[in-house]
Amino acid sequence: MRPEATTLDSVRVGIVTFPGSLDDRDAARAVRLAGGISVPLWHGEHDLQGVDAVVVPGGFSYGDYLRAGAISRFAPLMEQITMAASGGRDALPVLGICNGFQVLTEAHLLPGSMIKNNHLHFLCRDQRLRVENSATAWTSSYAAGDEIIIPLKNQDGQFVADERTLDELEGEGRVVFRYVGDNPNGSRRDIAGISNAAGNVVGLMPHPEHAVEAGFGPDSSAAGQVGVRGGTDGLGIFTSVLKKLVN
Amino acid sequence: MTLNSSAAPAPSESRKFNIDTVAHATDTPELELPWAALGLKENEFDRVVEILGRRPTAAELAMYSVMWSEHCSYKSSKVHLKQFGDKVTDAMKKHLLVGIGENAGVVDIGDGWAVTFKVESHNHPSFVEPYQGAATGVGGIVRDIISMGARPVAIMDPLRFGAIDHPDTPRLVHGIVSGIGGYGNSLGLPNIGGEVVFGSVYQGNPLVNALAVGVLRHEDIRLANASGVGNKVVLFGARTGGDGIGGASVLASESFDADKPSKRPAVQVGDPFAEKVLIECCLELFKASVVEGIQDLGAAGISCATSELASNGDGGMHVELTDVLLRDPSLTPGEILMSESQERMMAVVTPANTAAFEAIMEKWNVEYSWLGEVTDTGRLIIEWDGEKIVDVDPRTVAHDGPVYNRPFHRPSWLDALQEDTFDGDRPADGDALRAAVLELMAAPNMCSKDWITNQYDRFVQGNTALAMPDDAGVVRVDEETGLGVAISTDANGRYSYLNPYEGARLALAEAYRNVATTGAKPLAVTDCLNFGSPEDPEVMWQFAETVRGLADACHELGVPVTGGNVSLYNQTGGVAIHPTPVVGVLGVFDDVARRTPSGWRDDGQAIYLLGTTRNELDGSEWANLRGHLGGQPPVADLTAEKTLAAILVNSSRDGMIDAAHDLSEGGLAAALSEAALRFGVGARIGIDELCERDGVDPFTALFSESQGRAIVSVARSEEVRFNDMCTARNYPHLRIGVVDAENGALDVQGHFTLPLGELRTAHEATLPDHFA
Repeated sequence: MRPEATTLDSVRVGIVTFPGSLDDRDAARAVRLAGGISVPLWHGEHDLQGVDAVVVPGGFSYGDYLRAGAISRFAPLMEQITMAASGGRDALPVLGICNGFQVLTEAHLLPGSMIKNNHLHFLCRDQRLRVENSATAWTSSYAAGDEIIIPLKNQDGQFVADERTLDELEGEGRVVFRYVGDNPNGSRRDIAGISNAAGNVVGLMPHPEHAVEAGFGPDSSAAGQVGVRGGTDGLGIFTSVLKKLVN
Repeated sequence: MTLNSSAAPAPSESRKFNIDTVAHATDTPELELPWAALGLKENEFDRVVEILGRRPTAAELAMYSVMWSEHCSYKSSKVHLKQFGDKVTDAMKKHLLVGIGENAGVVDIGDGWAVTFKVESHNHPSFVEPYQGAATGVGGIVRDIISMGARPVAIMDPLRFGAIDHPDTPRLVHGIVSGIGGYGNSLGLPNIGGEVVFGSVYQGNPLVNALAVGVLRHEDIRLANASGVGNKVVLFGARTGGDGIGGASVLASESFDADKPSKRPAVQVGDPFAEKVLIECCLELFKASVVEGIQDLGAAGISCATSELASNGDGGMHVELTDVLLRDPSLTPGEILMSESQERMMAVVTPANTAAFEAIMEKWNVEYSWLGEVTDTGRLIIEWDGEKIVDVDPRTVAHDGPVYNRPFHRPSWLDALQEDTFDGDRPADGDALRAAVLELMAAPNMCSKDWITNQYDRFVQGNTALAMPDDAGVVRVDEETGLGVAISTDANGRYSYLNPYEGARLALAEAYRNVATTGAKPLAVTDCLNFGSPEDPEVMWQFAETVRGLADACHELGVPVTGGNVSLYNQTGGVAIHPTPVVGVLGVFDDVARRTPSGWRDDGQAIYLLGTTRNELDGSEWANLRGHLGGQPPVADLTAEKTLAAILVNSSRDGMIDAAHDLSEGGLAAALSEAALRFGVGARIGIDELCERDGVDPFTALFSESQGRAIVSVARSEEVRFNDMCTARNYPHLRIGVVDAENGALDVQGHFTLPLGELRTAHEATLPDHFA
């Protein structure tokens, strides 16, 4: 283990790249804009390079062949991540975004899975979410009940799980993000993102890393309009983990 | 999972069957060859025999037939396209690093950065197999961009479909849109704009054009040439299969007819994952400087890549064709040479760099095989298991194809068409005008395209500063300084049908104006010229007039054509499409933070109309809605366009305006509606002063498509400065209203009020009603 980070700009967050990852550079930029250091991690390596947290970014890893995330979960690096993330509250914080969320469910770090959107189309739009749990490693910058607007963009975004699992997720407060307004894809119980029991592993379908820099994000924030492409509601997800690691 | 050449199976005995070698060709001069089935004309075949001094082998015939096809050789268009070069001045070329003739043009945007961009057609394949046709259209143009040494950063897709209510239109819309999304989204390229137009002339010939933009440093420019005797030639990426054989020659270079066989097997099949890996792998090759020359494999596959690389370099190449990795081992040498299997690249590597090259291939799990080497013999020699099956001067394949000065004449029907000006329905009272605006904004060509564009990723890469529905797509190039580019594509087939010379100028004028409207300085042009059959002298006249008009307009506006594409034979059962020159303009920003969106938002800002409104309804969207097409299109005054662009760029840079939207199809009515709907903020508008100044009635003020116009919103504190600037440049400007954040309506005072909710419902319902 490396010595604990004492300032935000000493926190190192690994960004995993698989063949077919697309939003890896965006995730790295989000970490930098939040004040941390981004560390590129190659899927085929066996070493986490002592990073303090990991983001598994969006994209179409291995072309989503077989099933989204089904091949990636076998990458050597994923074995390291699964081990490091499985040690309880102080285990490695891991965030899976979109395809990354799909990879985390395939790796059994998170329950449930994603199937094709109920309308069968790829859908890209600004999406309003409610933060249901602010106690996870990735949501402490928000208050429970806060709303945020971040981009949503996927074809296989419909979250499904059996009723018992859904009840368990609800009962344990592990539904972290929920869609507000129209459910964009038929996800069960409007679920947009969940966590593991310890709260260090979070996965969500919408893209916080695309709402971190004014001028290049969605057209609005939950607080109201903020200038053309000015929405930065996603930044808090990255600052949450940096602050947690410093404290 | 990696397989490379050492693991490839040796050519089996069965692959040696029936090989038509050069020696065999010499011995059997009388053998009948299927040159007509491969798309060659008799005189062209005779020319091949004359060049070779013998009959071609089957493999040579395959190469000449695809490389001399209309699609690859530009044989009907070349004599006209020359004008793009002839009418360029040194001043226009100031920013050009690479001009016409390479895979794509490269433009200097400052600070050591360069941008490469190009638009191409994939019309014919997309009609036959919409999903794969559109998908591989994206794949092909992106590989052109990579071949220049650039990282692709954005795509756009100008699309034209048949009538919205035709029974075949949903098949094409669903297939083409999901093909573009399925491929582009998987590559991680933001889709930042384009066009969607419906018109019955495109029923049997939808237009699927694809534009890609890439970014590179000046020193990273790569060209397609094979230099350095002894350097190795390598093919990498996907394996070669039987898909797309004859795509360029048989499919893209002929009209569709009901009695001909299905052309589905001639369409390629795309694998976006393979292309995404290929992009990253190529960028790593460039960074490590291990390739000397590189060429993507598109139309005409290996035939094109070997003959172009060889003839652009030291003039010779020696290739062993059995070393090509195959998906289907039964392919004949001719099929391997013609296959248009996607996601393949060919590179030239020095012997010293082969190990480094292989290491990068292994890292990305990309298959490759070494095919041969560069020679100085001036010959392209291709062998099949050691036996010579091709022995040609590569220039005769790649560059010395036939050139036709096809006959053309002005259509006899044109005079009558141009005299038939619009004298239909002109709503006059407030209620009728209100209904007309609602009808216009719900019309297939004017309605919201969200249902389509929401199927494309516009966020990926994190540099998109503007996308649909703004006037142009804007992406940041340099994260430190904010340096970036704007791109818009435009065309109006109806204008071009009425007057192809003016139509081309109008297409350029609109794209130029759109780029300037966002605040970017227009720099360069790419074009995709979509026409019917060049063998029809009237179509050929439309083409000649279009090229003349576009070349003249580029000269007048001072922006050069850097590259593009010609798509002919967009004709079914003798009916040609409207001439549709899609023009893309690239502009540059010092800092994309200054870009101007198309909608206003701040209460109380003044709304100005720039430019003059004339009675110009011929060819307009309103006339189209009333089933009329005749008369002359609007006047293209390029001097005025230049001044307007300067005003828009300067006022954006100096922070005088907060919104700007150009006036084009649908005129002022469309521009006001779109500007209000952009952020859902209303306005109070007065048009009476405008009517008086320009001598037009309220209907004309709202629906005329006069050019050289834009609306802008100006903060109160900037009004004096803004007025002074317009006055100094002697450009017509008129305050026509104010932004009203409270009324929630477009209030054209004294005429009608349209609540934005009602307007939005009409605007957004059309596409879902037809396709969802």
